[in-house]
Amino acid sequence: MAENVLSVRNLRVEIPLRHGILCPVDGVSFDIPSGNILGVVGESGAGKSMTGNAVIGLLDRPAHITDGEIWLNGKRIDNLPKEAMRRLRGKEIGMVFQDPLTSLNPLLTIGDQLRETILTHLPVTKAEAAARAIAALEEVGIPAAAHRINSYPHEFSGGMRQRVVIALALCAEPSLVIADEPTTALDVSVQAQIIALLKRLCRERGTAIMLVTHDMGVIAETADSVAVMYAGRLAEFGSVRQVLSQPEHPYTKGLMASTPLAAKGKKRLNQIPGAMPRLDKLPQGCAFHPRCPVTEARCTTDPGPTLENCGGRTACWLTTKGAP
Amino acid sequence: MKNLVNISKLSRVFDVSPPWLNRVIERRPKAFLQAVSEVSFDIEEKSIYALVGESGSGKSTIGKIIVGLLAPSDGAVEIDGIDLTREKDTGKIEETRAGIQMIFQDPYASLNPRWRVRDIIVEPVAARGGDTTGLAERLLEQVGLSAADVAKYPHEFSGGQRQRICIARALAAEPKLIVCDEPTSALDVSVQAQVLNLMSDLQEEFGLTYLLISHDLTIVQHMADRIGVLYLGRLIEEAPKDVLFSDPKHPYTRMLMAAAPKLDGFGREVEPPKGEIPDPINPPNGCAYHPRCPIAIDRCKNSQPEMKDSGDSRVACFLAEKP
Repeated sequence: MAENVLSVRNLRVEIPLRHGILCPVDGVSFDIPSGNILGVVGESGAGKSMTGNAVIGLLDRPAHITDGEIWLNGKRIDNLPKEAMRRLRGKEIGMVFQDPLTSLNPLLTIGDQLRETILTHLPVTKAEAAARAIAALEEVGIPAAAHRINSYPHEFSGGMRQRVVIALALCAEPSLVIADEPTTALDVSVQAQIIALLKRLCRERGTAIMLVTHDMGVIAETADSVAVMYAGRLAEFGSVRQVLSQPEHPYTKGLMASTPLAAKGKKRLNQIPGAMPRLDKLPQGCAFHPRCPVTEARCTTDPGPTLENCGGRTACWLTTKGAP
Repeated sequence: MKNLVNISKLSRVFDVSPPWLNRVIERRPKAFLQAVSEVSFDIEEKSIYALVGESGSGKSTIGKIIVGLLAPSDGAVEIDGIDLTREKDTGKIEETRAGIQMIFQDPYASLNPRWRVRDIIVEPVAARGGDTTGLAERLLEQVGLSAADVAKYPHEFSGGQRQRICIARALAAEPKLIVCDEPTSALDVSVQAQVLNLMSDLQEEFGLTYLLISHDLTIVQHMADRIGVLYLGRLIEEAPKDVLFSDPKHPYTRMLMAAAPKLDGFGREVEPPKGEIPDPINPPNGCAYHPRCPIAIDRCKNSQPEMKDSGDSRVACFLAEKP
């Protein structure tokens, strides 16, 4: 487990409600080695953001982790007390959110925000912190960093703001960065810039990145391995080439076929009938069976194998060889 | 084929000046934002025309001008031979307007939460005093929902189903032209495929014409017959789909295509495009793209290139001929 920056084992998150318990993340396990990018894909409601929030310890009450383990650099972090977790956040794990405008404080200059983060987490003097802040901005490609450091977030464009957020996430030199839909709010050309930036930082610093997104194209170009989530469970896990060019789980197959990129001149797109089930109305058995084209009788009663107890790539009876 | 829509020299300027008192005290001049400038294009009957561009390129403004939600500052919108900006006969304008409907981006914001689905769908007909018996039921089945859903409220539906209701509402007026402003960007991939397929089916069934506004090149490539690329309020390239994707002529179009993520682009290292869309209140002189353009010459900094025919396409670039 030493070379893995992050190891998640059998993670389960529950939200107790008056009418019962919702389970947005159910038995999720994965590893991210250092310098690797793991893409977590799925549609809205699949539990991908919830998984990211659970790792960084930012689950909103009443959601909480009820089972499983999270290991960061060989240290277990899911059961840390609040104060220890607070020190870890920012220092060991950086976070990049979807909307760069709401993740910066509009009343503080970006310099204030960077220096505050650096002083909180690193044993440096104020002058060193100021120099580091400028270096961090230069590293993410903000021109005239020494000058722009005294600007407020509203003076930056969307793409520049997202660079500032990335600089904030990286300034304490974390070993893991969780990027939750970092390019969804941005234009294509800016998205390409941000992706190139994330890849460069990952390569140069050996930072592990957990990239949460719904965009298969972004995953294909960025990630080393992919975890496909459906209704809180991992549907498929594997290297990016395997999963995207030879998907095995019927959900991944359907998802890949329904992107317009895959249609290649065909008049109609392949579509998956229906929609992602709501968490309080999860079907019996495999959560995907009502939409699955190859479903069998046992899929309606048994939730199917999980990834690790059959050693396969997919959590599906029909594609896992040697499953009981 | 006959053209259903003729847009010529369409411009729209927004006054974004600070309030009067601030202008006087701080001695600031009036400020204007040129959202659309001199855009001309035609849409053939029963075809899908797509406008693509990044945020701030003016694509939604053009859509709103065509459906009449905004007035143009200059230029003409001619639909079915009737110039909506100059026509004096209000009866004719009414009649033409009735044939244009719109589908909005956010299906959560474009349906009144206090209205039942039946009332939402028949509204375009009821507003003109038409007969609405059984109309909502019929339309719901056409868009793949159940006729029994007419008595429900919008919150009882998922995003994809809501967008189907929006499509049913647009169809109620039996339109010729539907302006679709980012119809699927709020939807998940698998649901997006359902909605796009529905739009294709309905187009064949009713002989509709679509103006599809999108930032997503993959959707545009799948759906459109002809594509116009906008940059900072100007049309910079226009071509049939196959020509545009096989032989993009404008450097901006080429940049957009190179930047779009590809499904088989494993570990692809793209040289990321430089810079960002400039401030539309103070656009650069000459060609608006020249500060980011890899092949710009001195001439681009001073004069604005005109749209010129080049084979099947039109392109506004001095250097488009020699790459």
